[in-house]
Amino acid sequence: MELDAKIPSGPIEKKWEKHQFDMKLVNPANKRKYKVIMVGTGLAGGSAAATMGELGYDVHCFTFHDSPRRAHSIAAQGGINAAKNYQGDGDSIYRLFYDTVKGGDFRSREANVYRLAELSLNIIDQAVAQGVPFAREYGGLLANRSFGGAQVSRTFYARGQTGQQLLLGCYQALERQVAEGTVTMYNRHEMLDVIVIDGRARGIVTRHLVTGKIEAHMADAVILGTGGYSNVFFLSTNAKGCNVTATWRATKRGAGFANPCFTQIHPTCIPQSGEYQSKLTLMSESLRNDGRIWVPKKAGDDRPPHQIPDSERDYYLERLYPAFGNLTPRDIASRRAKEMVDAGHGVGPRKNGVYLDFRDAIERMGKDAVSERYGNLFQMYAKITGEDPYEVPMRIYPAPHYTMGGLWVDYNLMTTVPGLFAIGEANFSDHGANRLGASALMQGLADGYFVIPLTIGNYLADGPQGGVDGNHPAARDAVREVTEMQERLLAVNGNRSVDSFHMELGRLMWNHCGMSRNEADLKEALEKIPELRQRYWREVRVPGSGADLNQSLEKAGRVADFLEFAEMMCWDALTRDESCGAHYREEHTTEEGEARRDDENFAHGAVWEFRGAGEEPVRHREELTFEYVPLSQRSYK
Amino acid sequence: MKLTLHVWRQSGPRDEGRFETHRMDDVSPSMSFLDLLDMVNETITLEGGEPIAFEHDCREGICGSCGMMVNGVAHGPDDLITACQLHMRSFEDGDEIWIEPWRADAFPVMKDLVVDRSAFDRIVEAGGYISVRTGSAPDAHAVPVPKPDADRAFDAAACIGCGACVAACPNASAMLFTAAKAAHLSYLPQGQTERLERAMGMVATHDEEGFGNCTNHGACQVACPKGISVDYIARLNRDLMKATLTGVGMEGSGGD
Ligand SMILES: Cc1cc2nc3c(=O)[nH]c(=O)nc-3n(C[C@H](O)[C@H](O)[C@H](O)COP(=O)(O)OP(=O)(O)OC[C@H]3O[C@@H](n4cnc5c(N)ncnc54)[C@H](O)[C@@H]3O)c2cc1C
Ligand code: SF4
Ligand code: FES
Repeated sequence: MELDAKIPSGPIEKKWEKHQFDMKLVNPANKRKYKVIMVGTGLAGGSAAATMGELGYDVHCFTFHDSPRRAHSIAAQGGINAAKNYQGDGDSIYRLFYDTVKGGDFRSREANVYRLAELSLNIIDQAVAQGVPFAREYGGLLANRSFGGAQVSRTFYARGQTGQQLLLGCYQALERQVAEGTVTMYNRHEMLDVIVIDGRARGIVTRHLVTGKIEAHMADAVILGTGGYSNVFFLSTNAKGCNVTATWRATKRGAGFANPCFTQIHPTCIPQSGEYQSKLTLMSESLRNDGRIWVPKKAGDDRPPHQIPDSERDYYLERLYPAFGNLTPRDIASRRAKEMVDAGHGVGPRKNGVYLDFRDAIERMGKDAVSERYGNLFQMYAKITGEDPYEVPMRIYPAPHYTMGGLWVDYNLMTTVPGLFAIGEANFSDHGANRLGASALMQGLADGYFVIPLTIGNYLADGPQGGVDGNHPAARDAVREVTEMQERLLAVNGNRSVDSFHMELGRLMWNHCGMSRNEADLKEALEKIPELRQRYWREVRVPGSGADLNQSLEKAGRVADFLEFAEMMCWDALTRDESCGAHYREEHTTEEGEARRDDENFAHGAVWEFRGAGEEPVRHREELTFEYVPLSQRSYK
Repeated sequence: MKLTLHVWRQSGPRDEGRFETHRMDDVSPSMSFLDLLDMVNETITLEGGEPIAFEHDCREGICGSCGMMVNGVAHGPDDLITACQLHMRSFEDGDEIWIEPWRADAFPVMKDLVVDRSAFDRIVEAGGYISVRTGSAPDAHAVPVPKPDADRAFDAAACIGCGACVAACPNASAMLFTAAKAAHLSYLPQGQTERLERAMGMVATHDEEGFGNCTNHGACQVACPKGISVDYIARLNRDLMKATLTGVGMEGSGGD
C-alpha cells in the first residue's frame, strides 16, 4: 500500500493556492460527461453534491435516509468554528491552524489542517448567503462564542441547532441542483460495496431499501461522505443509523483505514437509565461553564444529593485541576468521571453518573439568569429524565461521540484506491488524535464545498473512464457477493436478535477499547471479537425477506461489518503503544496521570490494510512532520 | 407498568392493514416511546414474527424521521415533542395505546408505520432555497440582518420536516411546512429576490402533490413539535396574492 500524501510544496500558507493553480481543469463544456457518485448527504456529502452539480458534473447522490435532510449532521448542537476574527480578539487562520494541530495532539497532517483553517472563512460566507440563521447581535452582525476551552470566540452558532441549520442550507442547495437536473437523488438506497476495475473505483452496489433491489451503479469516480463509526459501541450520541458499512466495505476493496482507534468520548451525556436504552443523549458542553461537577466522598453513599453537605462532596475536577476546574478538556473530564464511577462514587439509581450541579450558579446569578443561559438544555434534560435540574443536580456520564479515524486520504482527499474519495467524518484527515469542539462541521463543509469539487476535477481531467457498465464482470461479481451475504444472513435463522449482538459487541468494545485501554484488555478483545462474530453467523435471527422494507436485515449487515471492523480498531489501539489525545493507554501516562505521547516512535498515522476477516491486518505508516507547530506536551494543571 | 399496545400493521402499500395487539408487562416509566417499540420488536423477533417497521434516527427530536399517531394524536400526548422524545412516564399503568402511521393521501404508507414523505423534498425543490453558487458569496458581514428578523427566520427554520402538521390537519394540508420554509427565507434580506417566485413555486407543487387546502383549522400548529406558528401561512398567502397581482412566477409573463 503506497501512502503518498501529495502535499504541495512551498510555504504552508501558499500550498492550497498553489495547488489550485497546479491542478488540471475539466473544460466546462465537458463536465456533463463525467459521472460522479456521491454517497451521503450530511454536511460533507450534501455540500459536495450540490457544488459539483453547480459546476456541471453529472452527480448521482445516494443516502439510506428517506430524505437528504435527515443525515446525522442534523443533530449537531454547539456550533462551527471559523477564523473570522469578527470579535477582534486576536484570532487568525494561523491560530486556528495551531490550535487544531495541538488539540489533535500532533497526530494530524499540518498541510491539511492549514487549508481547513483557511477555508473556514468561506464556509461562513457561503452559509450566510444561503440563509442560515446564525445567532446575531443587536447591531445585526454575527455573534460568536468561545467553545470547548478555546481562548478566542470563534464559534458561530444557531441556538442549539447549528448542525440542523447548516444541513438545511446544504439540503436546499442540493434540492436546487436536483431541480436543475444536475444531481440525481437516490434516497432509501444503501451502498453495500465499491466496484473496483483495473485498480480504480468505478461504481458502487446499492440495495433499494423498499424494493430490496440490489444493483450496480457505474461512474468515473466515487466519493464517500458516510460519517463516523461511534456506533461500534452500540450506545453513543450518534443517530441510530450511523454505521461503518460504507467505509468498511471500501476497506475490504483495498482502501487503507487510518487510526481506527482514535475515538472521542464526550464528557457530558445523560447516563443510561436501563438496559433497554438504545441511544445516549448529549448535553451541551457549555453547561460546564457554570455547573460544578462532584461525587460523594464516601463510595456507595445513598443519600439524596441535597442531604450531602459540602464537606462530604468531592469536586474532583476543581481539586485536581485548580486552574481549569470544570473546564478541563473533554478527554480528561471523561476519564476522571469514569474513574469516580468505577471506584464506587457513582450517583443516580444505577450509580452510573456524576453530578453536574447548578445550585451555586443559581445562588450566584439567580434562577432567571441560569434559565436564560441554559433553559432549553434544562428542559431537554427534564423531558428525558423526569427530574428538574433547578432542584436536583443533573447526572452526567461520558459517551462515545465522534471518530477521528477513517479512510486514509491524501491532500486531494483520495483514498489509496484511485478514484475513491472520502470526505467529512468518514475520512481520517484533520483532527489527529482528538477533535476540538465545533470543528467537525467546519471540516465536513470545507471538504464538501471547497476541496472535493476542485480536486475531483484534477482526477477526472485525465479523461472520462467510460466503457464499463453494470455488465462488467467486476460489477456482476460485486452484486453477487452482496446478494449472497444478504441471503446468508437471512438463512441463519437462529435464536437471537441483531440488536442483542450489537449490544454485546458494544459492551465489549466499551470495556476493552473504550475510554482507557491496556494491552491485556485489547488482547482479550482480539480473542473475543472473532468468537462473537462466529456466534453471530450461527445464532442471529433476521426475520422477513430481502425483497421489501426490512429494517432487521439493514441492521444485520451493519452489525456484521462492525463485528469485523472492531478487530481492526483493537489492533490499532494495541499497536499504538503510546497515549495521545483521546487514545489513552494506561501503560503510558505522565506522573499526573495524563496521556504521554511517544513522538519518537509514533509521530505517524497508522494505516491498516485489510487482509481477510479474522486475519491480522497490515499496519502501514504515514510519517508526520511538524514544521510550524513545535511538538509539545499538553498540560492543564 | 403493564400496557396494551394496538399497533398498525400493513405489509405494503397494497395491503389493507390491521391492528395487532401486544401486551407488555415490564415497561419502565423512564423508557422512551421508541425504546418501548424496540422492546416489542425484540419480543416479536424471538417469537418468529416480523418486527414493526418504524422510522427513527436521531432519537432526540431533530431529524424528523420518527412520526406516528399515538392514541390519535400526532407524536403522542405531550406538547412540543416528537415521538422519540415521548417517555413512558406520560402514560398510566394499564393504559391501552393505539399506534398508527401518518394518514394522508400525499404520504402513502409503505409498511407498518413508515410513510413516504418525499413530497416534502419536491416542495423544497420548487424554490425553497436561495440561489447562490458556492464560492460566490460576499463576506458574511456585508449584509447585517436585524436581530429580530434573524430570530424570526430561525423560528421558522426550526421545522424538522416530520409531517405531523399534515397528519393532524383534517384536509391533510402541508401549508404549515411550506409556509415555514418560505418564512425562513423571506425574513432574511438574502431571500428577497426570489421571494414571490418561491411562494408561487412551492405552493403550486404543494397542490400538485395532493396535499389539501388550508382552511385555517389550526390543528397543525397544535401538533407541531417545534411550535411553528400558523401566522406564517398568512404571510405566505400574502406573498402569493402579491405574486398573482404582479404576475411574478407566472409562465409567459415576460418578466416586465
Ligand atoms: C449529538 C452530536 C452533536 C454534535 N455537535 C457538533 C458541534 O456542535 N459541532 C461540530 O463541529 N460537530 C458536532 N458533532 C459532530 C458532527 O455532527 C459530525 O461529525 C458531522 O456532522 C458528520 O458529518 P458527515 O457529513 O461527515 O456525516 P453524516 O452527517 O453522518 O452523514 C452521513 C451520510 O451518509 C449516508 N450514509 C452512510 N452510510 C451509507 C451507506 N452505506 N449507503 C448510503 N448512504 C450512507 C447517510 O445516509 C448520511 O446521509 C456532533 C455530533 C453529535 C453526535
Ligand atoms: S411544520 Fe412542524 S409539524 Fe410540520 S413538518 Fe415542520 S416541524 Fe413537523
Ligand atoms: S428520531 Fe429523530 S426526530 Fe425522532
